[in-house]
Amino acid sequence: MTETIAKTEISFTVNGRPRTVTVEPRKTLADTLREDCGLTGTHVGCEHGVCGACTVLVDGKAVRSCLMFGAQADGAEIRTVEGLAEGEALAPLQEAFIRNHALQCGFCTPGFLMLITGALDENPDIRDEELTEILSSNLCRCTGYRNIIRAAIETAETLRRSRGAA
Amino acid sequence: MKPAPFAYHKPQSLDEALALLSEGAEEGALILAGGQSLVPMMALRVAYPPALIDINGIAGLDAVEVSGTRVRLGATVRHAAFHDPGFLPEPLGPMLHAVAENIAHYPIRQRGTFCGSLAHADPSSEWCLVASVLDAEIELRSAGGERRLRPADYFEGPMMTLREPDEMLVGVTLARPAPGTCWGFYEFNRRAGDFALGMALVLYEIEDGVIANARLGLGGIEEHPRRIATAEAVLNGRAPDEAVFAEAAEAAMAEVEPMSDATTSADYRRDLAGTVLRRALAAASRRTTHEAA
Repeated sequence: MTETIAKTEISFTVNGRPRTVTVEPRKTLADTLREDCGLTGTHVGCEHGVCGACTVLVDGKAVRSCLMFGAQADGAEIRTVEGLAEGEALAPLQEAFIRNHALQCGFCTPGFLMLITGALDENPDIRDEELTEILSSNLCRCTGYRNIIRAAIETAETLRRSRGAA
Repeated sequence: MKPAPFAYHKPQSLDEALALLSEGAEEGALILAGGQSLVPMMALRVAYPPALIDINGIAGLDAVEVSGTRVRLGATVRHAAFHDPGFLPEPLGPMLHAVAENIAHYPIRQRGTFCGSLAHADPSSEWCLVASVLDAEIELRSAGGERRLRPADYFEGPMMTLREPDEMLVGVTLARPAPGTCWGFYEFNRRAGDFALGMALVLYEIEDGVIANARLGLGGIEEHPRRIATAEAVLNGRAPDEAVFAEAAEAAMAEVEPMSDATTSADYRRDLAGTVLRRALAAASRRTTHEAA
């Protein structure tokens, strides 16, 4: 273990913008986003896959970014909480979080936003019970979850209505 | 909570991966598939492999092959594949869908793999139970050759298998239950998505009103999941009713040698073995009634 391990250069897109960074293989994707891309919206809580604060979308799938190495994201399309709003306009899910008081301290919020975004992208017709079940993936110690569930279900309905209207 | 340094390899072919593994196995190089158990272990420094061989870039490893009697799943088929009950033909598709809902949480299932669970061999692994009950053939390949093991010859203990360090688990073949097979799965844990304290998977057919070809197994109870032959013997040839199910549960409770830990005694797990088995059997019989109706 005395030999130094070479850093690797990786390229991926984050929220549509191409990035090339040089990281140690042991650096997690969460730390790569925070330290090498300056995107500190992705929060690091437990660092072993339990809390879900670091959830991001990798190639459209909601995953724990502490359980992937940055090196594994070479060539991937990544979405983080910074990619939800368009300029000053918040995404419908973010608006719903505000309306429903779905956050208090806010530490878990980026993870929940990306978890719900990923689940709704994957299945826009998701049933309320399935969505609630998916929300058990992430930990929130403030809200008691009811308001997060309300915000998620309301957003699913909003998106379905706007899709129906289109 | 940061993993120890390691060298990272991302081979593009299986041969290349096996060559890297044979070079690095002695030093402790490991295969990285979904990483949903390995990476937490590395974060906690329970595991500190000097090299990881990431197999996620190898084309074709996520292949699924369905034949008349068997289904083969390649090394990178993820848990999330089973979110779709139609992923495999009935009754296997809906059954594995019901089982998969109990595996950790949704984001973990997006990356974790079926074969990775078999390689990790946690006593509470749902897929290790499925492999045991469905007479899996576990394909182990090294640069030197290939061998296939049955679960009874493969699982050795908690997180211990007879896989050699230079062997990679490249795929698993499961027996396809006959159409119309009744099945039931029940898992008990203290928190949603947590490791199972106990779980049971049951399959049986009905011939002339009585149970035939009963297969059942328990997971999370003993050091590794396995079929419980004495309980299967109780069921075969009998009409499926509550009294027979209770008798099978008694037989299983008498047979198992449960694990014990600081929070869950062996007696508790023995009792739980009976409970999860009765509930899985009840679920199977509801499915019979439902289909006959």
